[in-house]
Amino acid sequence: MKPFRRVCGPVAVLDRADVDTDQIVPKQFLKRIERTGFGRFLFFDWRFDAAGLLRHDFELNDPDCAGAKILIAGANFGCGSSREHAAWALQDYGFEVVVAPSFGDIFATNCLKIGLVTIVLPAAELRLLIDSVGGGAFVEVDLARQLIVDPAGHEIPFDFDPFQRECLLNGLDDIARSLAHKDRIEAYEASHPARVNTTALRVGAS
Amino acid sequence: MAKTLFDRIWERSVVAEPEGEPALLFVDLHLIHEVTSPQAFDGLRLAGRRVRRPDLSLATMDHNVPTEDGPVTDPLAKAQLDALNRNCEEFGVPLFATGSGREGIVHVIGPELGLTQPGMTIVCGDSHTSTHGAFGALAFGVGTSEVEHVLATQCLPQRRPRSMRVRFDGDLPPNVTAKDMILGAIGRLGVAGGVGYVLEYTGAAIRGLSMENRMTICNMSIEAGARAGMIAPDNTTFAYLEGRPAAPTGPAWEQALESWRTLVSDPDATYDSEFVIDVAELAPQVTWGTNPEMVVSVTGRVPDPAAYADPGKRLAAERALTYMGLEPGTAMQDIAVDRVFIGSCTNARIEDLRAAAAVVAGKQVHPSVRALVVPGSATIKRLAEEEGLDRIFRDAGFEWRRAGCSMCLGMNPDVLAADERCASTSNRNFEGRQGRGGRTHLVSPQLAAATAIAGHFVDPRELAATA
Repeated sequence: MKPFRRVCGPVAVLDRADVDTDQIVPKQFLKRIERTGFGRFLFFDWRFDAAGLLRHDFELNDPDCAGAKILIAGANFGCGSSREHAAWALQDYGFEVVVAPSFGDIFATNCLKIGLVTIVLPAAELRLLIDSVGGGAFVEVDLARQLIVDPAGHEIPFDFDPFQRECLLNGLDDIARSLAHKDRIEAYEASHPARVNTTALRVGAS
Repeated sequence: MAKTLFDRIWERSVVAEPEGEPALLFVDLHLIHEVTSPQAFDGLRLAGRRVRRPDLSLATMDHNVPTEDGPVTDPLAKAQLDALNRNCEEFGVPLFATGSGREGIVHVIGPELGLTQPGMTIVCGDSHTSTHGAFGALAFGVGTSEVEHVLATQCLPQRRPRSMRVRFDGDLPPNVTAKDMILGAIGRLGVAGGVGYVLEYTGAAIRGLSMENRMTICNMSIEAGARAGMIAPDNTTFAYLEGRPAAPTGPAWEQALESWRTLVSDPDATYDSEFVIDVAELAPQVTWGTNPEMVVSVTGRVPDPAAYADPGKRLAAERALTYMGLEPGTAMQDIAVDRVFIGSCTNARIEDLRAAAAVVAGKQVHPSVRALVVPGSATIKRLAEEEGLDRIFRDAGFEWRRAGCSMCLGMNPDVLAADERCASTSNRNFEGRQGRGGRTHLVSPQLAAATAIAGHFVDPRELAATA
């Protein structure tokens, strides 16, 4: 995972609650076995009409959102399906940060695992931020200082899990971190006999 | 200190709890399918890692498999299924592939094989992993990075979630089902009401449910945003498990029973939150909008967005009605459907098929409706055929298909066309879920079956009264 410290760039605002991961990346694009290249499928059914033409009434198609690096979204963003493809698509499209009043649990975890920063801001503060960002204005997100700086220079502090923050700032591989507890895992396995053995269920075996 | 069922499973599963970091939880069972695993196996290859515990892993093919006879014709779907075959072979992971006779929806085959057992931690790269909580297991969905993490370590770093007791009080009225209980609860709790929580379902109405119905309830925990949902095991649980292929036998069974009986919440245990619903007030439910909280009784009407005080909810309702092609105030029973889908990890087990078959027996699917039954597993399909359920469905004009996720998410050829309206026993009515522009209404198997016959939503209680 690439380390993340700060980003400064244009903002896209998708001010809708309960945006589910089926919308972020529709199911017809989940058959690929690669991890990259999902950006072109982001919000596919909302960005494009049935004929494949750009839908100008969709927020992300606003020319001011071109090159957006920060997405401001509504409550419970990323609810529904566990598909990590949703996080891959946002990142591949160019987003580095998503700010929302709340997130779907699995989606938020998926984002952190790939270094896409999810920031929870209380709805009232988020509203002020939305009101400040029209017209392609730049916003800065500084994870090291835990601050969002709006286009007028106002600093908005945010809470962040200290452990997750360290992982993001340093781009840590969390599988390696878990494997560092190898002795503990082995001790656990030795003292907790397996509940089942799936290999005994192989087809043809009884 | 008094403990909840969740506390007991969590505490038993902690491998390490480094200061300031998430706890490292051991995973007792890891279920795998073709859609969320290929990139995880690639990750292992890139890092030169192996699968730590193939014996605690099981893969199957469900999401994009065709349900009609014949080969996989979609090249992308085929590549994904081939990748699963290769990955399981290379890493030694047991696989129940299409045609093995044991394949099926991942959350159907786990319990059916007896792999899902009380007290376990179970994960899968699928949000409906919450299904397994019906056995008093801590079961939750994860993304592909976490699939890779579990493959490599058999563990997952997790922050301890909060707990919520969801109590179903009262007696369930006749012809009101587990699906109506959970849809009714989500309607009141909301799609974000459970975010950050593990739900424990309790109450007399839960105790009276079969295991299959309990699975329907736990399955939809994620639709309230919850991390997981669980039900303390009891004699119903143990009777379901006894004799299943992976269940313990002999002295090991007695030992397991003794341990499973301790998996309850203490009477004085406290929860971070409580939610109570009286099931005696519940009628059969139908969703009208584009998420599962947008639900009413089948005897009700499409709501008027103007009636919502919250501007966000009002806007969401307006959008939903536009997408669904519905007018406020329309009686739900006046809404005609084009398609009926009986299937999915929510409602494609044998009891679901029996209940639907009992409704359609001797009747005919309405001429303007195309109706589909997709059993949850190859085993259920065989069992249903032995019982003659396939004949009942076919004679009534239903299509009888092979096992898979099918039209629940339409990754295979079973999709809705734009503007087609479907009564579906699945779990999500999101925009485009069953096909771009398709309109999904979530219902119970009984209501789906009755709707297939009538051609429009109908109260299964009336149908039962006239039968």
